[in-house]
Amino acid sequence: MSSRIQIVLVAGILIAIGLGLTLYKRIELGFPLLPGERQDVWTLESKISFKPKDGPVEISMLMPEPRAGWVLLDEHFASSGFGFSVSQTEDGARQARWTRQSLERPTTLYYKLQTYRAETMGLGPSPVPEIIPPELTDDRRAAMERVVAKLRERSSGPASFTSLLLQQLVNDNLDQDTAFLFASYRAGRLGVIMDVLAFAGIPAQRVKGVFLEDGRRRQQMSTLVEVFDGEGWHLFDPGTAREGLPENFFVWERGERFILDVIGGESSQLEFALVKNTLPVKTVLSLEQEAGDKLMLDFSIYALPVEQQGMFKGLLLIPVGALVVVLLRVLVGIRTSGTFMPILIALAFIQTTLLTGLVIFLLVVGAGLWIRSYLSHLNLLLVARITAVVILVILLMAALSIVSYKLGFNQALTVTYLPTIILSWTVERMSILWEEEGPHEVLIQGGGSLLAAVLAYLAMTLDLVEHLTFNFPELMISLMGVVLLLGKYTGYRLSELYRFRYLRKDWQ
Amino acid sequence: MKFISPWELRKLGVLGMNSRNVDYIGRRNPRRLFPLVDNKLKTKRIAQEHGLNVPELYGVIEIQHEIQDLERILEGLNCFVIKPAQGSGGKGILVVSERNGHAFTKSSGAVLNLRDVKRHTSNILSGLYSLGGRPDVAMIEDMIVFDPVLSHYSYEGVPDIRVIVYRGYPVMAMIRCATHASDGKANLHQGAVGVGLDIETGRSVCAVQNNMRVNRHPDTGYGFEDLQLPHWEQLLLLASGCYEMTGLGYFGADIVLDRYRGPMILELNARPGLAIQIANQVGLAKRLKAIDRLESTSDSAEERVAVVRRLFGHQDTLFRDN
Repeated sequence: MSSRIQIVLVAGILIAIGLGLTLYKRIELGFPLLPGERQDVWTLESKISFKPKDGPVEISMLMPEPRAGWVLLDEHFASSGFGFSVSQTEDGARQARWTRQSLERPTTLYYKLQTYRAETMGLGPSPVPEIIPPELTDDRRAAMERVVAKLRERSSGPASFTSLLLQQLVNDNLDQDTAFLFASYRAGRLGVIMDVLAFAGIPAQRVKGVFLEDGRRRQQMSTLVEVFDGEGWHLFDPGTAREGLPENFFVWERGERFILDVIGGESSQLEFALVKNTLPVKTVLSLEQEAGDKLMLDFSIYALPVEQQGMFKGLLLIPVGALVVVLLRVLVGIRTSGTFMPILIALAFIQTTLLTGLVIFLLVVGAGLWIRSYLSHLNLLLVARITAVVILVILLMAALSIVSYKLGFNQALTVTYLPTIILSWTVERMSILWEEEGPHEVLIQGGGSLLAAVLAYLAMTLDLVEHLTFNFPELMISLMGVVLLLGKYTGYRLSELYRFRYLRKDWQ
Repeated sequence: MKFISPWELRKLGVLGMNSRNVDYIGRRNPRRLFPLVDNKLKTKRIAQEHGLNVPELYGVIEIQHEIQDLERILEGLNCFVIKPAQGSGGKGILVVSERNGHAFTKSSGAVLNLRDVKRHTSNILSGLYSLGGRPDVAMIEDMIVFDPVLSHYSYEGVPDIRVIVYRGYPVMAMIRCATHASDGKANLHQGAVGVGLDIETGRSVCAVQNNMRVNRHPDTGYGFEDLQLPHWEQLLLLASGCYEMTGLGYFGADIVLDRYRGPMILELNARPGLAIQIANQVGLAKRLKAIDRLESTSDSAEERVAVVRRLFGHQDTLFRDN
């Protein structure tokens, strides 16, 4: 069998497998092919870690309830070796409980949930808690009285009272009394705030939850403050002093209860890994319903832990970028410096955004080339020279970050996302090219690489591409078939239609 | 910007880069044979074994320590060339055309002393002129005195003849003439003139510089129309004979014409460029396919040369009247 027929056969089978699996998912499992109406679906992975002491261990965690329009999709517990149960507390909240007779090593327990915000609404009513006035020493009481009096004087009600208090904190212009309170309290900022509110007779409670930031791995739980003004609740973020529920705040618990309770352990910690998937809700819903009985889904990306899902989101885009490069090189005939350098640059652009990325890239490579031209006079050995260039590139990146930060361009800080080694090789290669072939060739290959990087970036950031690669990773098999076929393409390149233009009969 | 349509290119039988890579280099050139042609020293040694004409090798310097022997190697040599075995694009080639004791005169007229020559050799060894800066070895060989017929057609450089050899058949040829614009280098993309040669007679058929047709050498002013290469048969036989020597099915042989010793192999190229089609105004694929259509291929270089001269000879010259 000739190699051409073999390739066509293999490629055909690969393409068919990929498309077949995609069709199966579409028809049988109801995954939508087009992104359609999209929702940010967040996956929170809570990690409870602690060091066990001697004796039995009991960990209980208050589970979140759907609040403020957030909908819980999927919950999943990982707790090998522990007795596990979910029960209702007296006031109706759900509580997960892990138990074990004894434990030797520090352990991590996992609780994963998926959630999205179906509609934006407030937290709604809640029972007004009883005000417990703080017990204070005399000097603190005196300071507290003055603080409350001053705030009362300038505010019109409980809400503006709280707002003023928080603004003082955020702007860091505390008067003497407030500063004294904060310095002498053991309970921390939040404790002071709650006590001032209680002392002023304002019913208040904490609202605990998680600020959702895509890709965060060790997010901590945050606390907001809620006050009751006789008619309704007002929510404040002590970090910014702004009123209202922040868009990206997932409410876990409302009230004064502890979320995590570890008996028989110490140094317990609750951390969250977060990943955002912009998906059609339908996908997640169907996932939810079918997960139990369809083997396919058990082997989909969604079955992976959140951190790995996040990694794969990026990885799955690489074949698309590679395809763009293959097309440009084989069909168009663009010359790039380094076969897949453009993809890595494009991946960096995803982090830095296109324009900033381009500017930074040109600055670093330009300056690098300039200094590298001096290095070439020194006639160094290859490895030493490359190492010198690596160091040079890192120095340039640092210099660029510092200068631009001082000038107030924060975007330039994303320079760290550019792959250092790739930049160094680009500088090295371009520099050799400059010496061997002249600046013209540098312009052609450098320009070609950047063009390929920009096109790969545009392809990789398409909504549809992101949707398809993440939800239908099996399309990669088809992609491989296409690439195999391209590897046997023997037709002309676009650039050759220009190169050989003078062979045209009518110009002879 | 004007283009030619792919249909027209196909009709002309023009070979494209993708087809060259897949159909010819990929299929006909086993990877393991590449080092043989990528290293001029290896090429020269194997050519000598096969009795093919190459510039005489006076000596090789492989490690820095051996540079001390340079003086001994150069003893009694009045003109010679020192060049890197893996250099690219004609870089690092030192041509000494005259010598007076320890004063070496370069072809450009500059005079060097022995220390300069040693430093140049040391630079070659450290990879200054090789691709990617890899360590290299320096070859010291006989200087080529090029045939006076060619002297009108080259500016500051040795014109070399590129012959594409497919399965042993020398299918297409051109001569590359250095110009002022190409800085004395015979590279077409740097502005050298490529002159297509009729495969039967060795007469010029067409000349191009930067893809555009020209009639005269831009620096010397001589018309290419009158160019007729001497020793043509011998030259084709030499190119064809490289097939048995290397085993490569598709390569370009770079040949120089020495005034006294006739055609000599300078180097071989396993990935020859496609510009030769523009210089000849003829598609290469057409000729390669004609070779593939032959009922049997011959083991004798003489027969192969006879076949291509019969098949591809008598091209019309394309010089305009002026």
